[in-house]
Parts: sequence; structure tokens; C-alpha cells
Amino acid sequence: MPEQYKSSTEIERAPVIEPGHTFGTVTEKISAIVLTRPATNGWFIGFGLAFMATMMLLYALGYLFLKGVGIWGITIPIGWGFAIVNFVWWIGIGHAGTLISAILLLLRQTWRNSINRFAEAMTLFAVACAGIFPAVHVGRPWLAYWLFPYPNTMRVWPQFRSPLMWDVFAVSTYATISALFWFTGLIPDFATLRDRTEKRWIKLIYGMLSFGWRGSARHWHRYETMYLLLAGLATPLVLSVHTVVSFDFAIGIIPGWHTTIFPPYFVAGAIYSGFAMVLMLAIPIRKIYGLEDFITERHLQNSAKVMLATGLIVAYGYGIEAFMGWYSGERTDMFLLWNRLHGPYAFWYWSLLLCNIFIPQVLWIRKLRTSPIALFFISLVILVGMWLERFIIVVLSLHRDFLTSSWGMYYPTRWDYMTYFGTIGLFLMLMFLFLRVLPAISIFEMRTLLPEAEVKE
Amino acid sequence: MARRDPIYGLMAEFDSAQALVDAAKKTHEAGYKKIDAYSPFPIEGLAEEIGFHHDEVPLVVLIGGIIGGCTGYLMQYWMAAVDYPLNIGGKPPHSWPAFIVITFEMTILFAGISAVLGMLALNGLPMPYHPVFNVSRFAFASKDRFFLIVFSSDKKYHPVETKRFLEGLDPRSISEVPS
Repeated sequence: MPEQYKSSTEIERAPVIEPGHTFGTVTEKISAIVLTRPATNGWFIGFGLAFMATMMLLYALGYLFLKGVGIWGITIPIGWGFAIVNFVWWIGIGHAGTLISAILLLLRQTWRNSINRFAEAMTLFAVACAGIFPAVHVGRPWLAYWLFPYPNTMRVWPQFRSPLMWDVFAVSTYATISALFWFTGLIPDFATLRDRTEKRWIKLIYGMLSFGWRGSARHWHRYETMYLLLAGLATPLVLSVHTVVSFDFAIGIIPGWHTTIFPPYFVAGAIYSGFAMVLMLAIPIRKIYGLEDFITERHLQNSAKVMLATGLIVAYGYGIEAFMGWYSGERTDMFLLWNRLHGPYAFWYWSLLLCNIFIPQVLWIRKLRTSPIALFFISLVILVGMWLERFIIVVLSLHRDFLTSSWGMYYPTRWDYMTYFGTIGLFLMLMFLFLRVLPAISIFEMRTLLPEAEVKE
Repeated sequence: MARRDPIYGLMAEFDSAQALVDAAKKTHEAGYKKIDAYSPFPIEGLAEEIGFHHDEVPLVVLIGGIIGGCTGYLMQYWMAAVDYPLNIGGKPPHSWPAFIVITFEMTILFAGISAVLGMLALNGLPMPYHPVFNVSRFAFASKDRFFLIVFSSDKKYHPVETKRFLEGLDPRSISEVPS
């Protein structure tokens, strides 16, 4: 049979881990990044830039605390500007981490073992960035704790019929469970670092973090049960989080929001953007830290395939949105469709279609799926596209709704941009720190992938 | 109080996961009940070989989940229908469909926290000090070596006999673990 007719499964697949590694080399290679490798100038420059962006975030937030949300471009009718766009974007990015760590674990996709650790870190940091936005958008951020049901002297309780309250519970549960999942995954690796380091104070820190883990068979058994159950709990949780985020829109009666396609389409979009972020982080990390043996072509390919699939679901979502707008026969819904295609924000709607639907179709080409540079830029395009999607959803539905007398335009201010780019800085700063102090790849799960880990009864 | 033995147990070191599983099986079959095995990664079936069959973590998680779900629903019911009823869009105070989301989230939250705390509590962690750490070679248990220990509290334990038995398993080294 000629080569070009062979199916992709017949062509040799890239391995999950390059051959020739042992328990020892895997352990040394990953722990060396944390324990012995000196911080390079490149690291300091990257960290420094991210740190400066974080300072910009603090400055923007400080000014916001002084002046109030009037410094942003939000007005009536567009009361949900960048804050909500960025919140949904960041939360969505986080979803890929949980998908990789929990859903792929349940599906026994062992290739996840080399990327789950930093994908989970990405989830945590993305949720941390996301959480800032609704908290400062409430107007009086110092009273944001009123969202939680705590006994108070006002003798009032939150209103649980509101999807915004559901969001509080969904996002805080998600943050807690993600943190637990990440931390418990680190416990055996903390023990490894504790035993590998020479310096006493480092041993002490990792020793405390490892809780005195000693790898007893009984402990491993309970640990694995816990890990599997946590994955089983995190799976419906992650699907519920973006569903609830979409309820923030879908429960309202604003044209373009009040649709039942929102939950699945939001979840698919979340995973789409999340995998784009995973690739944007994995590609430089594997290059700089020489981890090509562990994060192989296989991982890049698989991530690209997930993006292709979820991207098509998102495209279907856009199609259904447009179809339902027309099919409903409702004037405002039909107008919304027209307004997206021809209104004042038409350029951004077409850019969104270009970024999210047309350009990612190049992922059908095998050569591009295996090229790190191409994937890096396609991922960037997808992240921009997904940000535009949330912008279109939030701003376009609000700026021209039922009454022409209440139409308006949205102009973001410099404070909006500073806050947004500031959170990107915060995210990157946390990633830079993470790479230096914690093992970026799960060491104990990598050991289980080696052929010598197999045991016959 | 029982007399404290100066020796905590005898520890044998192995090179591979397979050797550890085989040795654990033989030791357990030879009648040693108070034994433990240490490995740098989870080995399927190893816990069963040393006679561990009752994993209570799932039960803890189930109880945690049930408590969480009940707490979530009853909290909303009491706050929205009993203590502070508000008319929102003409919906009844006890509008249960709206309470499902938070009930679900609270179920997951409580179940997840009980999974982690339950695992730690049942494993007796955090435990910064443990006698096995006195063996310097044990530092490799978190890298690429596999260890089997027979505790001195085992009925069949005998300083000479047990050592001879462990030598028969062809280990890389044998050490006494001081308590």
C-alpha cells in the first residue's frame, strides 16, 4: 500500500515519553529544574515584565477603589463591559486544566500525565485572575463578601433565585476543588523533592508540604481512591461551572442571551480556549527546559485535535445562534443578527469568525498539528477569537436591545485595558514562580508510564 | 503499656516494582501480617498483597457528599422560604428548581473536601517524623527503589529468623529500622 493511503494509526505514533528513560532519569530531570538549575537571565526578564504588568494591575485596581467603576467605559445600557468579558474568558481558560487532570484521567488517557500538573496550575491562576473581575465589578468591592450567606446584623440573606448567586457558589467551589486536586497531586512529588535536596531549609519546606509522605502501599491505595473520586467529582463540576456562567446570560431576557444552546456552547468554547492556553504555555516550556522527551509531538497533536473538535462545536453554536435568531421571527432577535453582521461592531464579529472558525481549520493539516511554531500562533489566534466572542456576547446584546431610545455604544477606557493586561501579567508572574518552585510535570505519574513500572501477578 | 522495642522493624530494599510485589506476596504468605511496602509510585495490587482490603475513603466521600447536598438545599430553603422570604417575580418562596445548582455545588464541595481530608486522616498524615526515615537509604523510596518492612510488633517477628527469611527474597540490602 502506498504511504499516503495509510491511515494515521498505521503511521507510527509519537510516544508519550521518549524511550530510554528510567525512574531515576525522570526524577532527576524534573526535580533538577526546581532544585539545581539556576535562574537564567531570560527567567528574570520574563518574570520582571510580568511583575511590572502585575503592578499595573494593582495601580488600576487601586485607582478603581478610589474612584469607583466610573473610570471604566461601562455605562447604561452597557453595564457589563470588560469586567464580565474578561471574567468569562479567564474562567474558560481554566477549564482545560480540569479537563486534562480529571476527565482524561477517567478516560485513561495516559498522555495527560506529562501535562496535567502545569495545566492544573494554569487553571488555578486563571481562576484567580477571573475572580478579581466580578469582585471589583460589584461597585463597592470592599463589600463583595455580602455575596456569601453569612449571619449578619442586617438580618438579610442572599437571593438564591439569581444565577449570579449560583455563579458565586460554582466559581468558589471550582477554585477550592482545583486547589485541592493540585495540592494533593503534589504531595508525593514534594516527598521526592524533600529527599533529593541537599539544603536543610529547602528539605524542611518540602518536608512540611509533603505531610511526611513515605509512599506506603496502604497510603497509595487510599491516595489513588481519593484521586479517582476527586476526578469523578471534578468532571461534572467543570461542566457545571461554565454552564452556570452561561446561565448568567441565558436566564436573562436580553436578545441573544436567552437561548438554550448557551451551556454546551460555553463549555466547548471554554475547553477550546483552555487548550489554546495549554499549548501556548507548553510549547515554550518544553523548549526552554528541554522537556521534549516528556511533552512530545503526541501531546501537541492531541491538544490540536481537541481544539479542532471543540472549535467545530463552537462553530455549530454560532450557526444555531444565527439560525434561531432568524427562525424565532422575533424582531429584536433578527435585528441582533443583522447588527452583528452589519452594525458598528461588525468588524469585530467578522474577526471573531475568522479567528475562531476559519483560521483554526488549518489544524486539519497534519504537518501544522505537529509544528510547535504553527501551533503557538494558531493558539494565540484562538485565544484572541475567544476573547472577541465574549465581547460580542456581552456588548452587542446590551448596546441595542428592545428600545431604540436606550441604545448606546461602549468605549473601553485605558483603565479597562490596564486591568485586563494586568491580569495577564499576574497570570504569567504566577506561572514563572510556579516553574521555579514546584515540579512542572508530575514526577510520580510519569514513573507509572515507564515500561519498568509494569507488574505481572 | 507494652514494652517498646528498640527495633521498629526489618527493611529490605528491592530494585524493581516486580521484585517488591513478589517479595510482599511471599512475606504475607509466610504468615507475616504486620508488614508494609513502600514504592515511588502507586503499584496496582500491592496493597492487596500485604493484606489491605478495607479502603474507607469512598464511604467518607459519600457521607461528605450527602451532608453537603442536604446542607446546600436546607440552607437555601430556610433562608429563602423561612427566615427571609422575598417575592421575586412572583415565584414561590420555596422555588426548588432554582435551588438545584447550589445544592449540586455544595455536594461536590463537601465531597471533595472530605475526600482529601479523609485520605489524609486515614493515612495518619501529616506525620513529619516516622521511624522509616531513620534508614538513610529510604530517601530512594521516593525515586527508584522499593522497600518492604516487617514490623517488630508482628507475632512472627524474630530478629534472626525474619532477617534470614528476608535474605531469601534476594533483596539489594537489608537494614534494621531503629524506633
